[in-house]
Amino acid sequence: MTGLFSEVFLSALLFGAVTAAIPLLLAGLGEQMSEKAGVLNIGIEGMMLAGAYLGFVGAFYSGSLWLGFLAGAAGGVAVALVMALLCVRIGLNQIVIGIALTLGLEGLTALLHHFQFSRSYPRLPAADATVIPLLSDIPVIGPAFFKHHLIVYLAVALVFAMSYLYRRTQLGLNLQAAGDKPAALDVAGIDVIRTRTIAVLTTGALAGLGGAYLANVGAGLFIPFITNGAGFLGIVLAMLARGRPIWVLFGALLFGVCLSLTTAMQVAGINIPTDVIQMLPFLAVMIMLVLFGRRASLPAALGIPYERGAR
Amino acid sequence: MSIDTAPTASATALDATSAAATRRDILRRLLMTLGPILIALIIAGCILLAVGVDPLAYYGYVLEKGLFSPLGIQQTLTRMAPLLFLAAGLIVAFRAGMWNLGGDGQFLLGAVTAAASAPVFVEIMPAWLALFCSFLIAMVVAMIWSLVPALLRAYQGVNEIITTLMMTFLGTSFANVLVKLAFRDPSTTVPQTRTLPVEDRLPRLFDTTITSGLLLGLATIIIVHLVMTRTAFGLKLRIVGANPRAAVHSGLGVPGLTVAVFAISAGLAGLAGAVDIIGVQGNVRADWNPAYGLAVIPAVFLARMNGFAAIGFVFLLSVLSIGGESAARRLGVPNTFTLVLVSIVLIVLALAEYVDHRYHQSRKA
Repeated sequence: MTGLFSEVFLSALLFGAVTAAIPLLLAGLGEQMSEKAGVLNIGIEGMMLAGAYLGFVGAFYSGSLWLGFLAGAAGGVAVALVMALLCVRIGLNQIVIGIALTLGLEGLTALLHHFQFSRSYPRLPAADATVIPLLSDIPVIGPAFFKHHLIVYLAVALVFAMSYLYRRTQLGLNLQAAGDKPAALDVAGIDVIRTRTIAVLTTGALAGLGGAYLANVGAGLFIPFITNGAGFLGIVLAMLARGRPIWVLFGALLFGVCLSLTTAMQVAGINIPTDVIQMLPFLAVMIMLVLFGRRASLPAALGIPYERGAR
Repeated sequence: MSIDTAPTASATALDATSAAATRRDILRRLLMTLGPILIALIIAGCILLAVGVDPLAYYGYVLEKGLFSPLGIQQTLTRMAPLLFLAAGLIVAFRAGMWNLGGDGQFLLGAVTAAASAPVFVEIMPAWLALFCSFLIAMVVAMIWSLVPALLRAYQGVNEIITTLMMTFLGTSFANVLVKLAFRDPSTTVPQTRTLPVEDRLPRLFDTTITSGLLLGLATIIIVHLVMTRTAFGLKLRIVGANPRAAVHSGLGVPGLTVAVFAISAGLAGLAGAVDIIGVQGNVRADWNPAYGLAVIPAVFLARMNGFAAIGFVFLLSVLSIGGESAARRLGVPNTFTLVLVSIVLIVLALAEYVDHRYHQSRKA
């Protein structure tokens, strides 16, 4: 057991936690934005899968990770476009469409992967890490937190950018109003439908990027159903964070540790069936919900399509 | 959450003013269902064309294997049994305004406990009693599994969409743990539960391979429909669904009803698992997860939580999944194409429903 607590092991565990946390962070931030604007996005898992598949294919054929990320984000936006059209413009039920999109993308990405690669799972070369000088020399924490691909730092920076957006900008206020009192926003002369569409498309971009990171950096390959519930964890994160991006970050790190523990325990050869270990992150969610569930808050108009002059 | 789940008052069949009008209404509904399905098939066909598979051959197999061959239609009707139970459970939850999205977890745990208990019970008691007990256990286990989301929603107001989804992920893994550790059949190398002998499974109908679970499923969904539409209990649940605050003010015990709704809904999902195992599969293999629950959700919604319409949608889902499975095998398409097909059908149907609704409104106005 002493090996479990060695410096190298701890640092690898934390490194894995950050890597696992980034897709959840991006998905959570995205979901948070659309929830703020009053759209419950259950299709986020589908958006992540689209991002993971296109991100991988983009990086695989172009040889550039950044093009891969771009393709991933575009894939997420494409799915979000369908969602925005059906749920925001037309006002179909968000849960039904969200589930249908998730099912469809699960099938579609697995299908495309099959026809492209058959049963092989080609790998991407390991992503280059951007090493932050000085900070990365700190024992344990240094190698765990400051030797990542550049996009990791960008994702963390995004947390603060989002905080600023929600608190200090007109768009942030509009988003909030679109979720809490859409009619009031409409009266103020701002297009609710457009505000919500912006939110859903941004969600798609972030979720797609998260999926692309998951495939390209986290795993280095694409396998069907690779997200394995990450999108749904993103929904929980958004719900528990009560509209604050910084809490999404903390939550994502917590789940990241759980996910990383999962792999670490398998590597360490601890004799527990993988299924038990796989339950850990979801168990953590349930415990959090039991403890803090009451304090989770959702916008008043969440899930209700806005129809001009309906009431 | 107050997502619009209130059953929309549709033209009731009781309105006997003119039989012709109702017939026209039925015809219109049929058209509004078949038209979109055709459009969906064309869209999905384009995807098949894009990956280089002949869509006509694919659909030919789907129709032949899912609907027109004697064996195919029997398989389709057999597949309906668990789907009907799941749909019945969802109707209860949705009409009461609660989103039980945890059907898959409840289904799997019901399936695993039924698979573990049935082979033991048949050795010590008469077959009918053994199967009955297994059904009972599956139902109770699924009910217990839904207790956490139910209590959280009833007394803490925690959104059940999230909790039930999480419990599904937990349930899927937990069912696997049970199969691999506790209920594993020691006599085989594959991780699976003991197999229920074919002669001890649910009796087959007449001379076919259709399991009698189909009849149980049909009876269940019709009973659920009638309870929800014709009884005081059903009315109470619908009031809770339509307006929880009004329900509190009218003196209904909302927390208690909430727990009851979850118990019924989950219990039926557990029965769905049991009926699939005791009627068809005979055992549960590790990592088996047909994910029926998620696919049934939009179908029930499209049926507007109407039991009879749900039977129709479940039949469609069955044809697509059975036909899709064999078409996929024949043409080298991965089985996941069925998911694509089902999701396109669901989305186009939802759209058609909207267009129809709009058309009606504009005519009324």
